[in-house]
Amino acid sequence: MDIVVEHLTKRYGPQKAVDNISFRVKAGEVLGFLGPNGAGKTTTMKALSCFIMPEEGDVKIGGYSIREHPEKIKKHIGYLPENNPLYQDMNIIDFLEFIAKVHQIPKHLIQERLLDMVKVCGLEGEKHKLIRELSKGYQQRVGLAQALIHDPDILILDEPTTGLDPNQIVEIRELIRRIGKEKTVILSSHILAEVEATCDRIMIINNGRVIVDGTAEELRKQAQGNEILKLGVAGGDINEIFEKLMDIESVETVDFIDFECQLLEVQSYPDASSVKAIFDTCVANNYYITELTPIETKLEDIFRELTTH
Amino acid sequence: MNQIIQIAKRELASFFDSLMGYVLIIMFLGFSGFFTWIYGDDIFFIGEANLNIFFKVAYWSLFFFIPSLTMRSLTGELRGGTLELLLTKPISYWQLILGKFTSTFILISMALAPSIVYYISLWFIGSVDHPAIILGYIGLLMMSMSYIALGIFCSSLSDSPIIALLSSLCIGIFFHQIFETIASSSLGVMGSIFSSLSMFTHFESISRGIFDLQDFIYFFSLIIFGLYASKEILVSRNLNA
Repeated sequence: MDIVVEHLTKRYGPQKAVDNISFRVKAGEVLGFLGPNGAGKTTTMKALSCFIMPEEGDVKIGGYSIREHPEKIKKHIGYLPENNPLYQDMNIIDFLEFIAKVHQIPKHLIQERLLDMVKVCGLEGEKHKLIRELSKGYQQRVGLAQALIHDPDILILDEPTTGLDPNQIVEIRELIRRIGKEKTVILSSHILAEVEATCDRIMIINNGRVIVDGTAEELRKQAQGNEILKLGVAGGDINEIFEKLMDIESVETVDFIDFECQLLEVQSYPDASSVKAIFDTCVANNYYITELTPIETKLEDIFRELTTH
Repeated sequence: MNQIIQIAKRELASFFDSLMGYVLIIMFLGFSGFFTWIYGDDIFFIGEANLNIFFKVAYWSLFFFIPSLTMRSLTGELRGGTLELLLTKPISYWQLILGKFTSTFILISMALAPSIVYYISLWFIGSVDHPAIILGYIGLLMMSMSYIALGIFCSSLSDSPIIALLSSLCIGIFFHQIFETIASSSLGVMGSIFSSLSMFTHFESISRGIFDLQDFIYFFSLIIFGLYASKEILVSRNLNA
């Protein structure tokens, strides 16, 4: 099932939480929503899952509009809300059975689906406990189980790994990746590594607008501008070395990283590489290179650069 | 329909899990039994084979019990965020509200059901005016439904159960007593307007064994208005939140 979002706008008072967002998600794609807190991720996801009505624009899921056929769309969506609301006074099995019945799963299949979910989400040891007795990580698994129980075509997960410990994060990511092979998944996060690890495509949202849309590779490429090198040079006075490096034509700036260890950061002009020139300069002046590493632009930097303006 | 049943079942189970259901049933029966059979103007004192006293006691005790049951019906969902969970499943606003309504109504009926024993006991004591008693029960159920609808409406207003409880008692007391008091002290058009707004007028006429379509129209309009208003409030909540 494809998801088509057209000019979605949602206001909270005078402030636009989502401002004219449009995008498409193809069936089988795993899309990561990235953005600082309050960027509009949750609002967009709430609109996709038919919980709130946008003021303008529309969302079409499998050809149905959220304005006209929310009931039809809701059957195909598994949604894990941001704070993972659950009925605290129910036990896991009763709760999942309630959700299964609401989804009108045929009676003879319910038991099978329940056991399946308990297994997939790793709840076997806890299944007769009350939900309020569970740790946050297990509650998150119950949340995931309720979203998956009717075998939806589309999975919408709002910050699925918040509050989990590192082991659980890895497990949940594995699970999402496994599910993502068959289903369309949209997940939001403000942790880059998470999105990078699980998603085919990344969308960065800030102030309710889409800023970047592409694969992690594309993002990197886009942000990679000038060549930046970490350079360690010995065999001469650091100030002299600094001046010689500045004399190289292709070098734009040179900064000290570590004065004592004679480590420098050398940035070249756009589309120019200074590696050979640095080497030649060192040879000519009898310096020797202790270290030469290109500094890769991290996704974190891209994210920060894009979302702080 | 399935959705309504599932929500009602879950809600009913949670009434009994939290002991609320048992407490209510026991308190209601104890209370009404005490005043009907033992204390003050009881049945033996009056010496008439009718349940007027029971209906009078039930009329007041249900007025207090119902808001204490409905005060959590939507506030709980709003506070816990489970409203989002339910409404993103194939459940409509109406199904949610009717599910809540049904569960509370079933619980009230369960509290009223054992009091049939009073009726049967009376049957043995003397000649009973059967239509009056049956209509009396129908009147109690009608009144309960009106207050459940009002209680659900009040619980949609905020996420605080206390506010829901107080506001439904506050609005309820007007229908329950104040309109009646105003009506009895005013004349002419004003008097008849307030009298027709008063729950007391309609309940009394039914429990006396008089079948009047007007009374039923009154109860059903209260019920429909209460439920419709709660639905509209939930919808507008989601449009603006």
